[in-house]
Amino acid sequence: MLDVKIVRVLALAAVLGVAGCGGDSEDAPASTEAAPEAPKAVVVYSSRAEQLIAPIFAAFTEATGVPVEYITDDPQPLIARLQAEGENTPASVLLTVDAGNLWFAAEQGVLQSTNSDALNATIPDYLRDPEGRWFGLSLRARTIVYDARELSADDLVGYEDLADPKWQGRLCLRTSKKVYNQSLVALMIARHGEEKTEAIVRGWVDNLAIDPTSNDTRLIEAIADGRCDVGIVNTYYLGRLLRDNAALPVGLFFPGADVGGVHVNVSGAGIVANAANAGGARQLLEWLAGAEGQALFASSNLEFPVLEGTENDPVVAAWGAYTPSDQPLVDAGRLQADAVRLMDRAGYR
Amino acid sequence: MLTVDAVSQRYGSTEVLNALSLTLGAGRIGCLLGSSGCGKTTLLRCIAGFESIAAGRIVIDGVEHAGDGKHTPPEHRPVGMVFQDFALLPHLSVADNVAFGLHDRPAASRDEEVARMLELVSMQDFAARMPHELSGGQQQRVALARSLVRRPKLLLMDEPFSSLDAGLRRQLGNEVRAVLRALDMTALFVTHDQAEAFALADDIGVLRRGQLLQWDRAYDIYHQPATREIADFVGGGGWLPGTVTANGRVDTEIGALRGRLPEGVAAGDAVDILLRPDDVVHLDDAPLQARVTDKEFRGAVFLYELELASGTRLQSLVPSHHDHPVGCEIGIALDTEHVVAFPAA
Amino acid sequence: MRLWTLPALAIAALTLAPLGVVAASFLTPSGEWGHLSRYVLPEVTANTVWLVVVVGLASLVLGAVAGWLTSVCEFPGRRFFSWALLLPLAMPGYVIAFALSGFFAYSAPLPSTLRDLGLALPDPSAGVAAACCLSLTLYPYVYLLARQAFRTQGIASLEVAQSLGMSRLQGFRRVALPLARPWLAAGVALVCMDTMADFGTVKVFNFDTYTTAIYGAWFELFSLSAALQMSVLLMLLVVVALSLERWARGSARYATKGRMQGSKRIALRGWHSAAATAFCAVVFTFAFALPAGQLLVWGVSSLDGEWGARYFEYFRASLVLASLAAGMVTVLGLALGYSERRAPGRVTAASARIATLGYALPGTVLAVAFFVVVAGLGHALTSVARWFTPGVTITLTGTLAVMLLAYAARFMAVAYGPLGSAFERITPRIDDAARGLGATGVRLLTRVHIPILRGGIATAALLVFVDVMKELPITLITRPFNWDTLAVRVFNMTVEGEWERAAIPAIAIVCAGLVPVLWLHRRTGDDAGGA
Repeated sequence: MLDVKIVRVLALAAVLGVAGCGGDSEDAPASTEAAPEAPKAVVVYSSRAEQLIAPIFAAFTEATGVPVEYITDDPQPLIARLQAEGENTPASVLLTVDAGNLWFAAEQGVLQSTNSDALNATIPDYLRDPEGRWFGLSLRARTIVYDARELSADDLVGYEDLADPKWQGRLCLRTSKKVYNQSLVALMIARHGEEKTEAIVRGWVDNLAIDPTSNDTRLIEAIADGRCDVGIVNTYYLGRLLRDNAALPVGLFFPGADVGGVHVNVSGAGIVANAANAGGARQLLEWLAGAEGQALFASSNLEFPVLEGTENDPVVAAWGAYTPSDQPLVDAGRLQADAVRLMDRAGYR
Repeated sequence: MLTVDAVSQRYGSTEVLNALSLTLGAGRIGCLLGSSGCGKTTLLRCIAGFESIAAGRIVIDGVEHAGDGKHTPPEHRPVGMVFQDFALLPHLSVADNVAFGLHDRPAASRDEEVARMLELVSMQDFAARMPHELSGGQQQRVALARSLVRRPKLLLMDEPFSSLDAGLRRQLGNEVRAVLRALDMTALFVTHDQAEAFALADDIGVLRRGQLLQWDRAYDIYHQPATREIADFVGGGGWLPGTVTANGRVDTEIGALRGRLPEGVAAGDAVDILLRPDDVVHLDDAPLQARVTDKEFRGAVFLYELELASGTRLQSLVPSHHDHPVGCEIGIALDTEHVVAFPAA
Repeated sequence: MRLWTLPALAIAALTLAPLGVVAASFLTPSGEWGHLSRYVLPEVTANTVWLVVVVGLASLVLGAVAGWLTSVCEFPGRRFFSWALLLPLAMPGYVIAFALSGFFAYSAPLPSTLRDLGLALPDPSAGVAAACCLSLTLYPYVYLLARQAFRTQGIASLEVAQSLGMSRLQGFRRVALPLARPWLAAGVALVCMDTMADFGTVKVFNFDTYTTAIYGAWFELFSLSAALQMSVLLMLLVVVALSLERWARGSARYATKGRMQGSKRIALRGWHSAAATAFCAVVFTFAFALPAGQLLVWGVSSLDGEWGARYFEYFRASLVLASLAAGMVTVLGLALGYSERRAPGRVTAASARIATLGYALPGTVLAVAFFVVVAGLGHALTSVARWFTPGVTITLTGTLAVMLLAYAARFMAVAYGPLGSAFERITPRIDDAARGLGATGVRLLTRVHIPILRGGIATAALLVFVDVMKELPITLITRPFNWDTLAVRVFNMTVEGEWERAAIPAIAIVCAGLVPVLWLHRRTGDDAGGA
């Protein structure tokens, strides 16, 4: 009678087209320790685009022999998916951009703590979760660009200064819907408090030359077209445009340490709470933070490496050194919702 | 009221109407009779203005609406139309269907006129119904009311009864005739059914391959068909062979008959004489005997299929109390004023 | 309960289950409503209402006029436009939006040249730009359904109007349009639902709508419950709107009877004919030629690094998924329409309403909710199975079957629109007559209904096919490993802002979409008469 039920369950499963009956996931390590088998694949849920991660994973597999499988999607659906899958998830690593998303994934309990000396040594404190649930793997600097025909670096101070009335009708901003701006404002809240930050954001809105653009590329083009003089973008967008057209009359300015340094965000990763292959996951993360991984990871998107001494793409290297703001990025996640509400109040669309 | 003058129409290289002419007097009901594909519907659509003509002219109520490259659009012709299958607008109620033609009138006079038209076709109790809730006959009446509501000078009807059963057809035919008479309306309809044509029409035209073979009063089309083809197409009957005599009569097996002779025949030529079923009457004591080969009960009358001793086949309409079995001989006589003769087939 | 209500209930359950997950969000109170209702909702509600009304009306005008011209009239270019005007369907809306905004960008060749000549192009507001783009991408829904309506109604009813003293234009307005109402309403309903749920296009123009606010609450404020609660309100709005339309139709029927003068067209002459050609040409240029041309320019410049053997895999995945989904959703749509016909009543009507709601939800919300249901089912099955086999895990997610069911939950409205209105053309008398001849049950469906519904079935299958080709959120979350489609490739490019490189997969989607568009065009026999 019991057997009949099993058959029924299995028949139902077969009808529904069950992909995997992964019953061996728990017992496998114990039984296979002796026999050297091909290493188990690491499954990655990634919100970084396929063309950026595929070559890096290929290099990882070549170096270690560990295969990598991945699925790309937006960060929030991936987090919801991990929650829904629970202990049945095939994933071991969540790879995504933006500290806010990493912070939220950790809050939702889909990431587990890792205490890796290699990761802790490479990655500065402020670029990772204090509890070791996620690690920044590349830096994305959000800084100021300007019309090089009208201005020079001497005319610029920092983000807060762009709220000054002297920039009236000269500022371009990307939409507040973009998480980069939300992180920027979140960390301003952490530094200045809500009241002062709101005054700064209102100042920005008053200085806008055109409606907020839908992306950073449009913003840089608007400066090149002379429609505004100054704006805030992620450096790699400028890098891409410079790679195609080195004569673009747009300059890059890094705010100095005296005004808090350059706002940075990260792309990063964490090990999934119910990881089927936690060992492989850790191996992947450590490799990504190592010399070989960093060289590939940062340069694939013209970003900055977290490992000091990694060689940069020539376009990036030409911008010279900068001082990143060392505010803990976990605050960007914690205060992101506050930042969004603040920008809504200030009328920053 | 309507003059169609040498109208031609072609689709590509196919000639659909060939120099067709007819005249319909005011207050008369005309009918174009022909099998499908003869061009009758095309002529109707040309008169209505849905199609432009290649040559000729169309004059309605003294105004030329088509001809010499001129083409009045349908909405500017004083013409109403009852479409085949009625084409009631399914999303509008009966009253709204009828009122549809009065879109350019003030609401008050519109309602009054709709009520009047519905009463004329005895549909006043159905004003709020939707078309799909009506029987075929009721839909026909609504379609008639709708086409008349603008008081056109000329009403056109495309196969007006083809989707109704025979009993309903006759009854509605009478009603439609009464309505048209009441409004003193001139009307032209097309049909492939001769019974329908005779039931409704004053004047009938027979169409064949785009040509009007004959246009005449209904009685003449029946009893004085212009050609043997028309005679065969319109109404039943039989052909009695005979020979033309010197004094212009025709000698037949049942005696000498007087009638219209085809042009160019001379004494001694063989001809066939058309005898309609009502030309042949049954008299019990008549000397001429014919054998009953078949019979069809038609209520008040029998239609007898008869055969003379010579093998000539005739038809006869006989009051139905004269019930003779198939195979027996009965006495017949001719009751004709003028017979029509054609050269022998 | 009658037997024929069961298929309707089963199909409705496909959508009802994820909707249940969404509605369950009300069990988790959200603290964001105070902020949202003060700073966000007033603006986005006004924006959304404005956008839906403008896009709905514009699509109605574009679709109905183009549909009328190409199905009933004759003018130079008619044959070409009759299928070419369907082409925008094959392009993802946000790609058209991005291509058009690239073409008209401040520094693009045309605006620059015009500026040099002293002619400044108007700089439309975000809302106007988004409305234009959405209308240009969505009008084909109305166009396709309007053609189906006008072709089956023929020009007979127009002649009725003319015989009653109306001009052709009056006849079009007073007869042809009202008679096509179920089709036009179905098309406009699809357009409005699509507009409400649109995220990609409005994002390109940075125009805030209710849907951007839903995603904002979820992605930015990290409040999934607020996002889901807003989705429920959005859906209630759709239910009310659809019910109002049904109610306004009352007991009217739209089955025209009698001979269709199908093969006869109105030959337009003089400036009428020139205006018809010009109208179609302008629509085609802005909705397809310009964006496609811009994509080609971008595509050529990125061809080297992008085009490769892997595109074979993308093509295969896209075509397999779209074909399977088109077949399955159309069959389910037929079953739904047929249930409604065989067992008319509140149960089937409500089922049809629910089954078509999936289209009005923001795509990612439905995708995640559906995933939650399937994953939950997997957990339940696993716990049952473990009583018998300890350690066994049953995973339903990541299978093609689940993917197809999710598409069904999303696109039932797309299939049901053309099918439901095609059912309107079958008079009850046809059923009676067929039953009198011994055709009942399935025989009635296969021998009588399906031949009459052919046009509707082909339209439904085409719409689902091209929609699945473009679909993203469900594909992203339910696809098995290594099942990337062309649309996923577009996503991978655009997510990093590399719009120019997205041109190649976007062009590939258009090419793959051309196949069914041309097939449908031949199938429905553009010059053949009647239904």
